[in-house]
Amino acid sequence: VKVAISADAAELDGSANFRFGRCPFFLFVDTESMESEAVANPATGASGGAGIEAAQFIADSGVQAVITGRVGPNATDVLEAAGVPVYLFEGGTVRQVVEDFKKGALRRSASAVRQGGSGGRGRGRRR
Amino acid sequence: MIIAVASGKGGTGKTTVAVSLALALAGDRRPLVVDCDVEEPNAGLFLNYTAKEKRDVVQPVPEVDEIECESCGRCAEVCAFNAISMIGGKVLVFPELCHGCGSCATNCPSEAIREVDSVLGTLERGPAGKIDVAVGRVEVGVVMPGPAIRQLKRWVLPPGSNGGGPIIIDSPPGTSCPVVETIRGSDFVLLVTEPTPFGEHDLRIAVEVARDELGLPVGVVLNRVGGSYTGIEDFCDETGVSILMRIPHDRRIAEAYSDGVPLVDALPEYRTEFQKLFTRISSAVTEQER
Repeated sequence: VKVAISADAAELDGSANFRFGRCPFFLFVDTESMESEAVANPATGASGGAGIEAAQFIADSGVQAVITGRVGPNATDVLEAAGVPVYLFEGGTVRQVVEDFKKGALRRSASAVRQGGSGGRGRGRRR
Repeated sequence: MIIAVASGKGGTGKTTVAVSLALALAGDRRPLVVDCDVEEPNAGLFLNYTAKEKRDVVQPVPEVDEIECESCGRCAEVCAFNAISMIGGKVLVFPELCHGCGSCATNCPSEAIREVDSVLGTLERGPAGKIDVAVGRVEVGVVMPGPAIRQLKRWVLPPGSNGGGPIIIDSPPGTSCPVVETIRGSDFVLLVTEPTPFGEHDLRIAVEVARDELGLPVGVVLNRVGGSYTGIEDFCDETGVSILMRIPHDRRIAEAYSDGVPLVDALPEYRTEFQKLFTRISSAVTEQER
Protein backbone atom coordinates (compact mmCIF):
# COMPACT_ATOMS: atom_id res chain seq x y z
CA VAL A 1 0.00 0.00 0.00
CA LYS A 2 0.98 3.60 -0.35
CA VAL A 3 1.37 5.58 2.87
CA ALA A 4 2.35 9.14 3.77
CA ILE A 5 4.74 9.86 6.65
CA SER A 6 5.43 13.27 8.16
CA ALA A 7 9.19 13.76 7.93
CA ASP A 8 12.05 16.11 8.79
CA ALA A 9 13.93 15.57 5.54
CA ALA A 10 13.29 14.39 2.02
CA GLU A 11 14.80 10.97 2.62
CA LEU A 12 13.81 7.57 3.86
CA ASP A 13 16.58 7.48 6.46
CA GLY A 14 15.86 10.91 7.86
CA SER A 15 13.80 11.12 11.02
CA ALA A 16 10.05 11.08 10.96
CA ASN A 17 8.49 14.33 12.18
CA PHE A 18 5.98 14.31 15.03
CA ARG A 19 3.91 17.16 13.71
CA PHE A 20 1.34 16.52 11.07
CA GLY A 21 0.18 19.94 9.88
CA ARG A 22 3.53 21.71 9.91
CA CYS A 23 6.07 18.98 9.22
CA PRO A 24 8.59 20.06 6.55
CA PHE A 25 8.04 17.05 4.27
CA PHE A 26 5.71 14.23 3.52
CA LEU A 27 7.27 11.02 2.29
CA PHE A 28 5.01 8.90 0.14
CA VAL A 29 6.19 5.32 0.51
CA ASP A 30 5.14 2.16 -1.26
CA THR A 31 5.28 -0.37 1.56
CA GLU A 32 5.98 -3.35 -0.74
CA SER A 33 8.82 -1.93 -2.82
CA MET A 34 9.90 0.72 -0.28
CA GLU A 35 10.08 3.17 -3.15
CA SER A 36 9.56 6.69 -1.84
CA GLU A 37 8.80 10.13 -3.07
CA ALA A 38 9.30 13.25 -0.94
CA VAL A 39 7.07 16.28 -1.28
CA ALA A 40 7.41 19.53 0.65
CA ASN A 41 4.38 20.05 2.89
CA PRO A 42 2.38 22.90 1.33
CA ALA A 43 0.88 23.81 4.72
CA THR A 44 4.04 24.58 6.73
CA GLY A 45 3.69 28.31 6.25
CA ALA A 46 -0.06 28.57 6.82
CA SER A 47 -0.97 31.25 9.34
CA GLY A 48 -3.82 29.06 10.55
CA GLY A 49 -5.47 25.80 9.65
CA ALA A 50 -2.23 24.08 8.69
CA GLY A 51 -3.63 20.72 9.78
CA ILE A 52 -6.64 21.14 7.53
CA GLU A 53 -4.55 22.17 4.56
CA ALA A 54 -2.10 19.31 5.05
CA ALA A 55 -4.97 16.85 5.49
CA GLN A 56 -6.59 18.07 2.31
CA PHE A 57 -3.26 17.63 0.53
CA ILE A 58 -2.87 14.10 1.88
CA ALA A 59 -6.47 13.18 1.08
CA ASP A 60 -6.06 14.42 -2.48
CA SER A 61 -2.87 12.40 -2.90
CA GLY A 62 -4.78 9.14 -2.63
CA VAL A 63 -2.69 7.39 0.03
CA GLN A 64 -4.18 4.51 2.01
CA ALA A 65 -2.84 5.64 5.39
CA VAL A 66 -1.00 8.44 7.18
CA ILE A 67 1.74 7.83 9.72
CA THR A 68 2.59 10.73 12.00
CA GLY A 69 3.31 11.62 15.61
CA ARG A 70 0.34 13.76 16.55
CA VAL A 71 -2.69 14.95 14.71
CA GLY A 72 -5.20 17.58 15.79
CA PRO A 73 -8.99 17.56 15.72
CA ASN A 74 -9.47 19.56 12.52
CA ALA A 75 -7.05 17.46 10.49
CA THR A 76 -8.67 14.37 11.97
CA ASP A 77 -12.08 15.52 10.74
CA VAL A 78 -10.72 15.96 7.23
CA LEU A 79 -8.84 12.66 7.18
CA GLU A 80 -11.82 10.82 8.64
CA ALA A 81 -14.10 12.30 6.01
CA ALA A 82 -11.60 11.20 3.39
CA GLY A 83 -11.43 7.71 4.90
CA VAL A 84 -7.68 7.88 5.45
CA PRO A 85 -6.67 6.10 8.67
CA VAL A 86 -3.99 7.69 10.85
CA TYR A 87 -1.29 5.64 12.59
CA LEU A 88 0.92 7.08 15.31
CA PHE A 89 4.62 6.43 15.74
CA GLU A 90 6.79 6.93 18.81
CA GLY A 91 9.93 8.01 16.95
CA GLY A 92 12.58 6.83 14.55
CA THR A 93 13.48 7.22 10.90
CA VAL A 94 10.88 7.12 8.17
CA ARG A 95 12.16 3.68 7.16
CA GLN A 96 11.84 2.31 10.71
CA VAL A 97 8.40 3.78 11.06
CA VAL A 98 7.25 2.13 7.84
CA GLU A 99 8.71 -1.19 8.99
CA ASP A 100 6.80 -0.84 12.27
CA PHE A 101 3.66 -0.09 10.30
CA LYS A 102 4.15 -3.21 8.19
CA LYS A 103 4.57 -5.32 11.35
CA GLY A 104 1.31 -3.88 12.65
CA ALA A 105 3.17 -2.34 15.58
CA LEU A 106 1.71 1.15 15.25
CA ARG A 107 -1.29 2.35 17.19
CA ARG A 108 -4.17 3.64 15.13
CA SER A 109 -5.27 7.12 16.18
CA ALA A 110 -8.60 6.67 17.92
CA SER A 111 -9.57 10.26 18.44
CA ALA A 112 -7.69 13.45 17.99
CA VAL A 113 -5.61 15.34 20.49
CA ARG A 114 -8.24 17.81 21.56
CA GLN A 115 -6.41 19.96 24.06
CA GLY A 116 -3.75 22.60 23.61
CA GLY A 117 -2.33 23.79 20.34
CA SER A 118 -3.09 27.02 18.57
CA GLY A 119 -6.15 26.00 16.62
CA GLY A 120 -8.58 25.44 19.42
CA ARG A 121 -11.77 24.29 17.88
CA GLY A 122 -15.26 25.13 18.90
CA ARG A 123 -15.97 28.77 18.65
CA GLY A 124 -19.10 30.13 20.21
CA ARG A 125 -22.62 29.05 19.71
CA ARG A 126 -24.28 29.09 16.37
CA ARG A 127 -27.63 30.51 15.62
CA MET B 1 -10.50 62.98 22.05
CA ILE B 2 -9.76 59.28 22.04
CA ILE B 3 -6.96 58.09 24.32
CA ALA B 4 -5.93 54.45 24.06
CA VAL B 5 -4.24 53.02 27.13
CA ALA B 6 -1.92 50.23 26.03
CA SER B 7 1.22 48.63 27.40
CA GLY B 8 3.04 45.88 25.62
CA LYS B 9 3.74 44.01 28.84
CA GLY B 10 0.70 42.74 30.70
CA GLY B 11 -0.09 43.69 34.27
CA THR B 12 1.56 47.09 34.19
CA GLY B 13 -1.57 49.02 35.22
CA LYS B 14 -3.51 49.80 32.02
CA THR B 15 -6.88 49.38 33.66
CA THR B 16 -5.83 51.26 36.79
CA VAL B 17 -4.76 54.19 34.63
CA ALA B 18 -7.73 54.07 32.24
CA VAL B 19 -10.31 53.88 35.00
CA SER B 20 -8.71 56.55 37.16
CA LEU B 21 -8.17 58.90 34.24
CA ALA B 22 -11.86 58.66 33.31
CA LEU B 23 -13.04 59.14 36.90
CA ALA B 24 -10.73 62.11 37.40
CA LEU B 25 -12.16 63.81 34.33
CA ALA B 26 -15.81 63.25 35.21
CA GLY B 27 -17.68 66.47 35.85
CA ASP B 28 -19.29 68.66 33.20
CA ARG B 29 -17.95 66.23 30.61
CA ARG B 30 -19.02 62.61 30.62
CA PRO B 31 -16.02 60.38 29.91
CA LEU B 32 -16.51 57.04 28.23
CA VAL B 33 -14.36 54.02 29.10
CA VAL B 34 -14.22 51.41 26.37
CA ASP B 35 -12.79 48.06 27.45
CA CYS B 36 -11.35 46.53 24.29
CA ASP B 37 -9.56 43.75 26.18
CA VAL B 38 -12.35 41.47 25.01
CA GLU B 39 -10.62 38.24 26.05
CA GLU B 40 -10.43 39.36 29.65
CA PRO B 41 -12.27 42.64 30.18
CA ASN B 42 -11.77 43.94 33.70
CA ALA B 43 -12.50 47.69 33.67
CA GLY B 44 -16.08 46.81 34.54
CA LEU B 45 -14.90 45.26 37.80
CA PHE B 46 -13.83 48.70 39.03
CA LEU B 47 -16.77 50.61 37.57
CA ASN B 48 -20.11 49.35 38.74
CA TYR B 49 -21.89 49.97 35.50
CA THR B 50 -25.41 49.10 34.48
CA ALA B 51 -25.50 47.31 31.15
CA LYS B 52 -28.42 49.23 29.67
CA GLU B 53 -27.76 48.10 26.12
CA LYS B 54 -26.48 44.78 24.89
CA ARG B 55 -25.81 43.26 21.54
CA ASP B 56 -24.11 40.20 20.09
CA VAL B 57 -20.79 40.12 18.32
CA VAL B 58 -21.54 38.21 15.16
CA GLN B 59 -19.52 36.96 12.28
CA PRO B 60 -20.84 35.46 9.07
CA VAL B 61 -19.72 31.87 8.50
CA PRO B 62 -20.54 29.72 5.49
CA GLU B 63 -23.35 27.20 5.48
CA VAL B 64 -23.41 24.80 2.56
CA ASP B 65 -26.58 23.58 0.92
CA GLU B 66 -25.60 19.99 0.14
CA ILE B 67 -28.32 19.62 -2.46
CA GLU B 68 -27.20 22.64 -4.46
CA CYS B 69 -23.48 21.91 -3.98
CA GLU B 70 -21.84 20.44 -7.06
CA SER B 71 -18.62 19.51 -5.22
CA CYS B 72 -16.42 21.66 -7.42
CA GLY B 73 -14.14 22.59 -4.51
CA ARG B 74 -13.93 26.24 -5.48
CA CYS B 75 -14.80 27.37 -1.93
CA ALA B 76 -11.93 25.39 -0.39
CA GLU B 77 -9.60 26.77 -3.05
CA VAL B 78 -10.43 30.43 -2.46
CA CYS B 79 -10.49 30.29 1.33
CA ALA B 80 -7.31 32.03 2.47
CA PHE B 81 -7.67 30.72 6.02
CA ASN B 82 -8.07 26.97 5.46
CA ALA B 83 -11.53 27.19 6.96
CA ILE B 84 -13.06 25.02 4.25
CA SER B 85 -12.01 21.62 3.09
CA MET B 86 -13.41 19.60 0.22
CA ILE B 87 -13.19 15.88 0.77
CA GLY B 88 -14.79 13.15 -1.27
CA GLY B 89 -17.35 15.52 -2.74
CA LYS B 90 -18.29 16.89 0.67
CA VAL B 91 -17.54 20.35 2.03
CA LEU B 92 -16.20 20.56 5.59
CA VAL B 93 -16.41 23.97 7.28
CA PHE B 94 -14.22 24.96 10.24
CA PRO B 95 -16.04 28.02 11.61
CA GLU B 96 -13.36 28.85 14.19
CA LEU B 97 -10.87 29.55 11.40
CA CYS B 98 -13.32 31.61 9.35
CA HIS B 99 -12.58 35.31 9.05
CA GLY B 100 -16.00 36.06 7.59
CA CYS B 101 -14.60 37.43 4.34
CA GLY B 102 -17.36 35.93 2.20
CA SER B 103 -15.04 34.71 -0.59
CA CYS B 104 -16.54 31.21 -0.51
CA ALA B 105 -20.10 32.42 -0.99
CA THR B 106 -19.11 34.95 -3.65
CA ASN B 107 -17.12 32.41 -5.63
CA CYS B 108 -19.51 29.47 -5.41
CA PRO B 109 -20.73 28.88 -8.99
CA SER B 110 -23.87 27.06 -7.89
CA GLU B 111 -24.82 29.53 -5.14
CA ALA B 112 -24.85 26.72 -2.62
CA ILE B 113 -23.22 28.74 0.16
CA ARG B 114 -25.07 31.17 2.32
CA GLU B 115 -23.57 33.05 5.21
CA VAL B 116 -25.12 32.65 8.63
CA ASP B 117 -24.26 34.61 11.74
CA SER B 118 -22.12 32.92 14.33
CA VAL B 119 -22.14 34.54 17.78
CA LEU B 120 -18.64 35.27 19.04
CA GLY B 121 -19.45 37.29 22.13
CA THR B 122 -21.39 40.21 23.55
CA LEU B 123 -21.09 43.97 23.77
CA GLU B 124 -22.54 46.03 26.61
CA ARG B 125 -22.75 49.65 27.48
CA GLY B 126 -24.26 51.74 30.19
CA PRO B 127 -23.65 54.35 32.86
CA ALA B 128 -21.52 54.07 35.98
CA GLY B 129 -22.18 57.21 37.99
CA LYS B 130 -20.65 60.12 36.17
CA ILE B 131 -19.05 58.15 33.40
CA ASP B 132 -20.16 55.72 30.73
CA VAL B 133 -18.72 52.27 30.20
CA ALA B 134 -18.66 50.01 27.16
CA VAL B 135 -17.34 46.47 27.35
CA GLY B 136 -16.73 43.77 24.78
CA ARG B 137 -16.42 40.13 25.75
CA VAL B 138 -15.76 37.14 23.54
CA GLU B 139 -16.84 33.65 24.45
CA VAL B 140 -14.37 31.09 25.69
CA GLY B 141 -12.74 29.34 22.75
CA VAL B 142 -12.94 32.26 20.34
CA VAL B 143 -9.45 32.46 18.89
CA MET B 144 -9.71 35.77 17.06
CA PRO B 145 -10.74 38.78 19.15
CA GLY B 146 -10.47 41.17 16.19
CA PRO B 147 -14.12 41.17 15.10
CA ALA B 148 -15.34 41.82 18.65
CA ILE B 149 -12.98 44.78 19.05
CA ARG B 150 -13.97 46.19 15.66
CA GLN B 151 -17.68 45.84 16.36
CA LEU B 152 -17.35 47.35 19.82
CA LYS B 153 -15.53 50.37 18.45
CA ARG B 154 -17.97 50.80 15.58
CA TRP B 155 -20.88 50.65 18.02
CA VAL B 156 -19.70 53.07 20.68
CA LEU B 157 -17.31 55.28 18.74
CA PRO B 158 -19.06 56.54 15.64
CA PRO B 159 -17.57 59.83 14.43
CA GLY B 160 -18.27 62.69 16.83
CA SER B 161 -19.59 60.34 19.49
CA ASN B 162 -19.90 60.99 23.21
CA GLY B 163 -20.63 64.69 22.79
CA GLY B 164 -16.92 65.41 22.54
CA GLY B 165 -16.23 64.06 26.03
CA PRO B 166 -12.97 62.20 26.55
CA ILE B 167 -12.94 58.59 25.43
CA ILE B 168 -10.54 56.28 27.21
CA ILE B 169 -9.88 52.90 25.62
CA ASP B 170 -8.50 50.11 27.76
CA SER B 171 -6.41 48.01 25.38
CA PRO B 172 -5.45 44.35 25.58
CA PRO B 173 -1.82 43.72 26.49
CA GLY B 174 0.74 42.84 23.84
CA THR B 175 1.57 44.42 20.52
CA SER B 176 -0.13 42.21 17.97
CA CYS B 177 -3.39 42.31 15.98
CA PRO B 178 -5.85 42.90 18.84
CA VAL B 179 -3.79 45.85 20.05
CA VAL B 180 -3.44 47.33 16.58
CA GLU B 181 -7.18 46.95 16.10
CA THR B 182 -7.76 48.68 19.44
CA ILE B 183 -5.42 51.66 19.19
CA ARG B 184 -5.98 52.37 15.49
CA GLY B 185 -7.86 55.62 15.05
CA SER B 186 -6.95 56.98 18.50
CA ASP B 187 -5.67 60.50 18.99
CA PHE B 188 -3.11 59.42 21.55
CA VAL B 189 -1.65 56.19 22.85
CA LEU B 190 -0.74 56.17 26.52
CA LEU B 191 1.73 53.38 27.21
CA VAL B 192 1.78 52.14 30.77
CA THR B 193 4.95 50.39 31.80
CA GLU B 194 7.01 49.47 34.83
CA PRO B 195 10.69 50.00 35.56
CA THR B 196 11.89 46.47 34.84
CA PRO B 197 13.74 44.94 31.88
CA PHE B 198 10.48 43.24 30.92
CA GLY B 199 8.61 46.52 30.96
CA GLU B 200 11.32 48.14 28.86
CA HIS B 201 11.51 45.32 26.36
CA ASP B 202 7.80 45.42 25.62
CA LEU B 203 7.63 49.21 25.73
CA ARG B 204 10.15 49.34 22.91
CA ILE B 205 7.94 47.16 20.74
CA ALA B 206 4.82 49.08 21.75
CA VAL B 207 6.43 52.39 20.73
CA GLU B 208 7.48 50.82 17.45
CA VAL B 209 3.95 49.67 16.72
CA ALA B 210 2.01 52.72 17.91
CA ARG B 211 4.34 55.54 16.92
CA ASP B 212 6.53 54.18 14.15
CA GLU B 213 4.07 51.91 12.35
CA LEU B 214 0.72 53.56 13.03
CA GLY B 215 2.05 57.12 13.29
CA LEU B 216 0.20 57.87 16.54
CA PRO B 217 1.50 60.23 19.23
CA VAL B 218 2.61 58.30 22.31
CA GLY B 219 3.47 59.04 25.92
CA VAL B 220 4.45 56.90 28.87
CA VAL B 221 3.05 56.35 32.33
CA LEU B 222 5.70 54.81 34.51
CA ASN B 223 4.02 52.71 37.16
CA ARG B 224 5.44 51.12 40.32
CA VAL B 225 8.34 53.54 40.48
CA GLY B 226 10.79 52.96 43.32
CA GLY B 227 13.45 50.51 42.24
CA SER B 228 16.84 51.32 40.79
CA TYR B 229 16.16 50.32 37.18
CA THR B 230 16.58 53.29 34.83
CA GLY B 231 16.12 51.55 31.48
CA ILE B 232 12.76 53.18 30.79
CA GLU B 233 14.07 56.71 31.37
CA ASP B 234 17.10 56.00 29.17
CA PHE B 235 14.96 54.60 26.39
CA CYS B 236 12.52 57.53 26.56
CA ASP B 237 15.42 60.01 26.46
CA GLU B 238 16.96 58.30 23.45
CA THR B 239 13.77 58.08 21.46
CA GLY B 240 12.09 61.34 22.42
CA VAL B 241 9.15 59.74 24.20
CA SER B 242 7.80 61.76 27.13
CA ILE B 243 7.09 60.26 30.52
CA LEU B 244 3.83 61.97 31.39
CA MET B 245 3.20 60.52 34.83
CA ARG B 246 4.90 58.47 37.50
CA ILE B 247 3.02 56.31 39.97
CA PRO B 248 5.04 55.06 42.94
CA HIS B 249 5.28 51.46 44.03
CA ASP B 250 2.84 51.78 46.88
CA ARG B 251 1.20 49.00 48.83
CA ARG B 252 -1.98 51.04 49.27
CA ILE B 253 -2.46 51.13 45.50
CA ALA B 254 -2.09 47.37 45.27
CA GLU B 255 -4.57 46.87 48.09
CA ALA B 256 -7.15 49.14 46.48
CA TYR B 257 -6.73 47.23 43.23
CA SER B 258 -7.24 43.93 45.01
CA ASP B 259 -10.47 45.27 46.51
CA GLY B 260 -11.70 46.43 43.11
CA VAL B 261 -11.52 50.08 44.18
CA PRO B 262 -10.29 52.58 41.58
CA LEU B 263 -7.05 54.29 42.50
CA VAL B 264 -8.54 57.80 42.53
CA ASP B 265 -11.31 56.67 44.88
CA ALA B 266 -8.94 54.98 47.30
CA LEU B 267 -6.37 57.78 47.18
CA PRO B 268 -8.18 60.98 46.15
CA GLU B 269 -4.92 62.95 46.02
CA TYR B 270 -4.28 61.22 42.69
CA ARG B 271 -7.30 62.91 41.14
CA THR B 272 -5.32 66.07 40.32
CA GLU B 273 -2.40 63.95 39.09
CA PHE B 274 -4.65 62.30 36.52
CA GLN B 275 -6.14 65.66 35.56
CA LYS B 276 -2.61 66.91 34.95
CA LEU B 277 -1.92 63.80 32.90
CA PHE B 278 -4.93 64.63 30.73
CA THR B 279 -3.71 68.21 30.26
CA ARG B 280 -0.32 66.91 29.15
CA ILE B 281 -1.92 64.51 26.70
CA SER B 282 -4.15 67.28 25.35
CA SER B 283 -1.22 69.57 24.68
CA ALA B 284 0.75 66.75 23.06
CA VAL B 285 -2.21 66.08 20.75
CA THR B 286 -2.62 69.76 19.93
CA GLU B 287 1.08 70.03 19.22
CA GLN B 288 0.90 67.04 16.93
CA GLU B 289 -1.98 68.53 15.00
CA ARG B 290 -0.15 71.78 14.47
